[in-house]
Amino acid sequence: MEQLLNYIGENMEMIYFLILAILLGVEVISNVPAILHTPLMSGANAIHGVVVVGAIIVMLHASPDNYASLIVGFLAVVMGTLNVVGGFVVTDRMLEMFKKKPKKS
Amino acid sequence: MSLNILEITYLIASLTFVIGLKMLSHPESARKGNLIAAVGMLIAVIATITIYQPFDSSKAINYGLIALGLVVGTVIGTMMAKKVKMTAMPQMVSFFNGMGGACAALIAVIEYQNHTIGVGSGFDGELLVMLLGLIIGSVSFSGSMIAYGKLEGKIKDRVLPMNQLINMLMLAIILGLTVYKMLGYGDSMVFYGLLVIALIYGILFVMPIGGADMPVVISLLNSFTGVAAAFGGFLYGNKAMLTGGILVGSAGTILTILMCNAMNRSLTNVLLGAFGGNKAGGAKGEAGDQTVREISISDTAVLLSYSQNVVIVPGYGLAVAQAQHICHELEKLLEEKGVNVNYAIHPVAGRMPGHMNVLLAEADVPYERLQEMEEINPKMGNTDVVVVIGANDVVNPAAKNDPTSPIHGMPILEVDQAKNVIILKRGMSAGYAGIENELFFYPKTRMLFGDAKDSLQKLTSEVKEV
Repeated sequence: MEQLLNYIGENMEMIYFLILAILLGVEVISNVPAILHTPLMSGANAIHGVVVVGAIIVMLHASPDNYASLIVGFLAVVMGTLNVVGGFVVTDRMLEMFKKKPKKS
Repeated sequence: MSLNILEITYLIASLTFVIGLKMLSHPESARKGNLIAAVGMLIAVIATITIYQPFDSSKAINYGLIALGLVVGTVIGTMMAKKVKMTAMPQMVSFFNGMGGACAALIAVIEYQNHTIGVGSGFDGELLVMLLGLIIGSVSFSGSMIAYGKLEGKIKDRVLPMNQLINMLMLAIILGLTVYKMLGYGDSMVFYGLLVIALIYGILFVMPIGGADMPVVISLLNSFTGVAAAFGGFLYGNKAMLTGGILVGSAGTILTILMCNAMNRSLTNVLLGAFGGNKAGGAKGEAGDQTVREISISDTAVLLSYSQNVVIVPGYGLAVAQAQHICHELEKLLEEKGVNVNYAIHPVAGRMPGHMNVLLAEADVPYERLQEMEEINPKMGNTDVVVVIGANDVVNPAAKNDPTSPIHGMPILEVDQAKNVIILKRGMSAGYAGIENELFFYPKTRMLFGDAKDSLQKLTSEVKEV
């Protein structure tokens, strides 16, 4: 129990951060028109690709002779990058189509 | 010093995520918002590689693998995203989402190996964060892959007997094992066991969910991955990961709820009540004893040309046939003839909310012509002809009239209020939710069978002649 409290105490800053970020996410998203649901989901999908930063940190920590870690870490980097790059490119392609119309009308 | 610079770059990255997401929710700024978030991501990645720790030449192989991984991921990701057709967008998002989930789970696996189990039997916060990242990441990965396979048509809907019970049981096992592990019992086998069970749970979780509910599931899994990424951020005290992950986690949850609201269904209903399966067969309206009336291309052309108000209802069939351009052409032609043409967009038409808007925007259909359900429904009574192109469930009157129908309660486009309804359809098959549509048998309804693109092409040239 005491360790639990200690853990919370040590990470108080992060916990504040966490709660505020949750509220911010709710705030940012509300009032979005239905037409943007798909691009928004896709854009949000790309943003959680930030997990690739974690994969890079894992790789930086890994000792060079620990092949198991290196291989798994490498896979994680590839997958995380796929998430980021694929996500942003797909979103951009969707939004590109919205872009054209103001010129026309 | 340099570590402070790293923290500052993470701050910048976090800000770009928030601003990017905010801009993504307005049509004019959406594209720029996406770009801003992408730049922030790039900054965070480069800063992590270069500043996180001083370069150590003994770790050259690590740096090489990181670079290779980034290149491989970028090349494959770009290729996949560029090649994918507009119709396949939802499953692409699901696929990329699964990759993020897998990445989070793999991080937890490696960190677990490096983790020295806390001495004594106290509370081990790091272990908890790892376990949660592992479980949520794995569920998100396998679930997304199933969603991807289902939308691609590679995996069929399959409902195990007592699927819900099995799912509950697995969830209980996952919780139980997590608590067991947290109390300091068990060795690595428990950890890997959790990995496997979470993967299976993800499969069973998505497997029975079918039909129109898939977008909701993808959105939900999207927020799962966000949460998994945030646990990674917690583990490293990395604020960029934490902001990015949590933002998506909470925003994704809200988005999921918005989508559920659009269908007038609660989230639990979506997740527990297997929708769309074959159970719907019991609904009334056997196709056999009723006849539908067909209409010819030329009759349709005449009817449309001499109408005052025409409403086009696009659906997934339009996307499949890639008929959005020809559809726009027909609409322009009719406009020239003085016909007032609008599009009625059901919130869940297609396989994802907003799917139709994206598709029609691609064909340069002016924004003002796309009208949402609440806007257009009151005008249906004044509409001469409604042209339904490849849509089915979203115009099914059973949602209003038949309490036994599985889609009962879902708001629909009230096309049955219009004077005439023409339905472009390939055949008499049921819609994605697998239920019969009594609209097809109404006296005011006419069917125009054939591929949507083909029919629209013929129709366009016919309208020119009128």
